[in-house]
Amino acid sequence: MRRSLSAGLAVVLIAGAAGLWLTRPVKSDPELFAGLTGEATRGERIFWAGGCASCHAAPDATGEARLVLSGGERLTTDFGTFVVPNISPDPDHGIGGWSVADLDSALRHGTSPEGSHYYPSFPYTSYAHAEAQDVADLKAFLDTLPPSDRADEPHDLAFPFNQRVILGGWKLLAGGPSWIVEGDLTPEEERGRYLVEGLGHCGECHTPRNGLGLRDESRWLAGGPNPEGRGTIPNITPAKLDWSAGDIAEYLSSGFTPEYDSAGGQMADVVRNTGQLPDEDRRAIAAYLKRVPAVE
Amino acid sequence: MRPIPALALTFSLVALPALAQDARQIERMIEGRHGLMTLMAYELGKLGGMAKEETPYDAEVAGDAASNLSALASVLSPELFPKGSAVGEAEDSEALPAIWEKPDDFAQKISDMEEAAAKMQAAAGTDLASLQGAMRDLGAGCGSCHETYRQKD
Repeated sequence: MRRSLSAGLAVVLIAGAAGLWLTRPVKSDPELFAGLTGEATRGERIFWAGGCASCHAAPDATGEARLVLSGGERLTTDFGTFVVPNISPDPDHGIGGWSVADLDSALRHGTSPEGSHYYPSFPYTSYAHAEAQDVADLKAFLDTLPPSDRADEPHDLAFPFNQRVILGGWKLLAGGPSWIVEGDLTPEEERGRYLVEGLGHCGECHTPRNGLGLRDESRWLAGGPNPEGRGTIPNITPAKLDWSAGDIAEYLSSGFTPEYDSAGGQMADVVRNTGQLPDEDRRAIAAYLKRVPAVE
Repeated sequence: MRPIPALALTFSLVALPALAQDARQIERMIEGRHGLMTLMAYELGKLGGMAKEETPYDAEVAGDAASNLSALASVLSPELFPKGSAVGEAEDSEALPAIWEKPDDFAQKISDMEEAAAKMQAAAGTDLASLQGAMRDLGAGCGSCHETYRQKD
């Protein structure tokens, strides 16, 4: 009896340990960046492609103030309220003390320098596609921005979502980075895929999620309920978005639709980022969107 | 003596036409701002076709469209948004209550847009690259107001 009990306990302990090991926070190998030098000008393009300012600028910041990444915006979701952290180069309150590998761990693995899981409100499932050189360039650009001494605040989440350890399981279910649209793509379409599926993290809102917050990839970019507030996010697959590639590129530049209405809601903010990209990137996004499978 | 009905009658005689007039005025204001937006979209269409390089760049056509646009933009003002004309209060309105909660910011956004339209007027007749740049700023002007003050579809 006692033997079977201790055997059972051993099984539970081993299973638990295996589970913890399988779901442990993963960090990037600093060796990845050994031969790379970050370049701030290139990094600015990555910054706008990634839409960092949309969440990390102070709430209601406009113009140049959007480059002060003090955080503080509150994201209200079904899981609770997330308070966006300070990622300005302040060494104490921001991420000025981070190495490039620390930034890469955060962006691609959702892991903090201290080795704990980030919540997927930070879209690392998309950023996981980021190339090492781009991360190095982004770090160089972020280091040029003004510091902010705003102290981070804790998220306000209900149990069990306030237990970061469960995020390891979520990450396991979400899977590693793999391209959604595959096959014979032109270099322009591939660039667009990198921007849409990766840095631009368009799928985070435009793809519906299940109850666990995992994206339904069979409905890639087919829209759904707004994860953050009221309204719906539109379907941007060719089944619904019938704009020309030129129309899509113009929308991402000025926010004007083909009818010369303008982007509103959260998309107005997205256009503030995509409007800073070079034309070729907006055209690449448009070319990629034309290749996405049509979903009704 | 029946003072209450008499009083009520007096009130309704005074208030009813005023209310009806208000409702008609609000309806006209909403029609006015929608008409203004439609006209601006029409002029923007000429500029946008060139910006997208779907139609050949023509400095004269672009300059005229930008002048019209700038004139239209100067008509847009907070007075077109009287109290009682928010979404839910009046038919066909998409105006969010935030307009009346943050009137200074709303007025500022309108004047920012007017400034962007004036810049377009200077840029449109210059060359295609200037027009394309001004289009981005103008779009940002429209978007920043719509983001906060217009009901999303």
